[in-house]
Amino acid sequence: MTVETKLAVSAQDVRSFSEAHNEPKWLTELRERALEKVETLEMVKPDKTNVDSWNFFEFPEHKVEGKAISSLTELPAEVQAIVDENQQTLYIQHNNTPAYLQVADELKEQGVIVTDLFTAVKEHSDLVQKYFMTEAVEVDEHKLTALHAALVNGGLFVYVPKDVQVKEPIQAVFFTDDENVSLFNHVLLVADNFAEVTYVENYISIGAAKGQVNIVEEIIVNDGANVTFGAVDTLAEGFTSYINRRGETKRDASLDWALGLMNDGDTISENVTHLRGDGSRADAKTVVIGRGKQSQNFTTEVRNWGKSSDGQILTHAVMKDAARAIFNGIGKIEHGATKANAEQESRVLMLSENARGDANPILLIEEDDVTAGHAASVGRVDPLQIYYLMSRGITRANAERLIIHGFLEPVVSQLPIEGVRKQLVEVIERKVK
Amino acid sequence: MSTLVIKDLHVSIEDKEILKGVNLTLNTNEIHAIMGPNGTGKSTLASAIMGHPKYEVTSGSITLDGEDVLEMEVDERARAGLFLAMQYPSEIAGVTNADFLRSAINARREEGDEISIMKFIRELDKKMEFLEMPEEMSQRYLNEGFSGGEKKRNEILQLMMIKPKFAVLDEIDSGLDIDALKVVSKGINEMRGEGFGCLMITHYQRLLNYITPDHVHVMMQGKVVKSGGSELAQRLEAEGYDWIKQELGIEDTDAVTEEA
Repeated sequence: MTVETKLAVSAQDVRSFSEAHNEPKWLTELRERALEKVETLEMVKPDKTNVDSWNFFEFPEHKVEGKAISSLTELPAEVQAIVDENQQTLYIQHNNTPAYLQVADELKEQGVIVTDLFTAVKEHSDLVQKYFMTEAVEVDEHKLTALHAALVNGGLFVYVPKDVQVKEPIQAVFFTDDENVSLFNHVLLVADNFAEVTYVENYISIGAAKGQVNIVEEIIVNDGANVTFGAVDTLAEGFTSYINRRGETKRDASLDWALGLMNDGDTISENVTHLRGDGSRADAKTVVIGRGKQSQNFTTEVRNWGKSSDGQILTHAVMKDAARAIFNGIGKIEHGATKANAEQESRVLMLSENARGDANPILLIEEDDVTAGHAASVGRVDPLQIYYLMSRGITRANAERLIIHGFLEPVVSQLPIEGVRKQLVEVIERKVK
Repeated sequence: MSTLVIKDLHVSIEDKEILKGVNLTLNTNEIHAIMGPNGTGKSTLASAIMGHPKYEVTSGSITLDGEDVLEMEVDERARAGLFLAMQYPSEIAGVTNADFLRSAINARREEGDEISIMKFIRELDKKMEFLEMPEEMSQRYLNEGFSGGEKKRNEILQLMMIKPKFAVLDEIDSGLDIDALKVVSKGINEMRGEGFGCLMITHYQRLLNYITPDHVHVMMQGKVVKSGGSELAQRLEAEGYDWIKQELGIEDTDAVTEEA
């Protein structure tokens, strides 16, 4: 099927944009090639959600400037709430502008790189080129990955060298407050052999929006490295979002995801981890609240390639109002991945007659000597749980509240930054009210 | 002194009548035991007092100090002073025992007058120590993965923290080993006194070795058929229920099936 692609930018625009940012030639060329492909590639096809009528290609501006700041007190209250003044390593992006960067001295001495993507492609061109849409996400997977590559207009690069253990979490905040902004944001995080790092990001929009969100994030976890990745997305209703977070784990590497996906607009979210190396593992935890009239599609996939690799998926979602969502949980064990394990649990809690939520568990197994399992359920709040809590004097409304918070706790409890954890709890509170 | 009065209570579940006219009066500072064979409606009585959604009261009344309990929602009953230690407590993932208990206590207090966290923790620690519960249990999710005995202890912990006027204990002794039974009994005995009344439902006289009841009632076929002092429990232990059946001319054929 062909989808008419009306693009707001031309090849000339893309070249000018790249040159204006003094990007290395490889990136300018990559953008140009990508743009050419947008027209001919297939559209992304999220399972069981028809996105034909979604607008991914029209947006007001390619770049909207934000304001660089020198002190956190200049930030809007919504952003201040999630950053701690004691946070050692912090990156803040305002609209499409890198606004603030602080990196702990200790990390600099150890060779850890934390910098906005524009700076990274200039100062660490080879390193970025090696990993940028080469290993995890490819440019020509479909229209939206190509569009992303052509138009990338912000993002962050994190590199943790071999054997370096980053003790304090690295925090990134991407916030928008201009309705014309679009986020073609790219996060590239590479943990080299036996490195260890925890990274937590927020996408926050303040006020109305009418742009596009097309985010690609690539997490490369090399041999023996450990990455903990936390994210809370709270983008406004006006954004149509395509958010692709993908991980690659090498031998004995480990990647833990904790994703709080709380956008108010139509969203496609893909979270795929390829367990390439023997003995590698991933744990992908996602919580979602759907409300209003939004339509969303969530895919969490862990693919076992390595022997004795272990993939865990947990998705807990709350659906209310007239929101619709599909939750695809995919465990795939490739041929040769002996002793691999793939487990998944998807639970959807329905709070309204008009909401729709479908858990769609899929296990694809091409190897005999493996273990796998899945559990999926869609249902209402258990009346006996409500009765039990009420029998202790707790009102019905509070009983439901407690049960819902508990249900979404698996991700909340995994977020290592206090402010971000509190923010997610508040978002949950606000959304289920 | 508070009084809980149950008058001619008829209760059905899915249109099947289980309770067929129960009469019972409880005062604070009294401990009552209800005994009886399986399937005679003991647990139904407990559930009806608390307001379990599946049980329908078709006639009769329950009043607490003259207030109509049957008109109250479950949470209102609890705040009015009723407590039910459940036979099968629900598990609630993601909600810690401590957070749950704090919510339950604050539900009884005005907004802005919530219990201070320090005071709450001190009290919780004290009660948990008394019930020989490891400290980490306050941070575990409510009843999730608890053993049968841990759940029962946790019910008694809630009882001691919430301090109701009347507690109904639905087979609090079932599935407990002797050590756990002693601890649970210790908790109930600690509550005993002015301002606290208790209705213990049990199959076994064993529990009554540790908690001496002031009154013992026997339930059969949906009614209280005999009441007496603690000596009645001893006679039941020694002789079973047949003598009562004979005395009252009860036949076994219509024993009802009881649900949790």
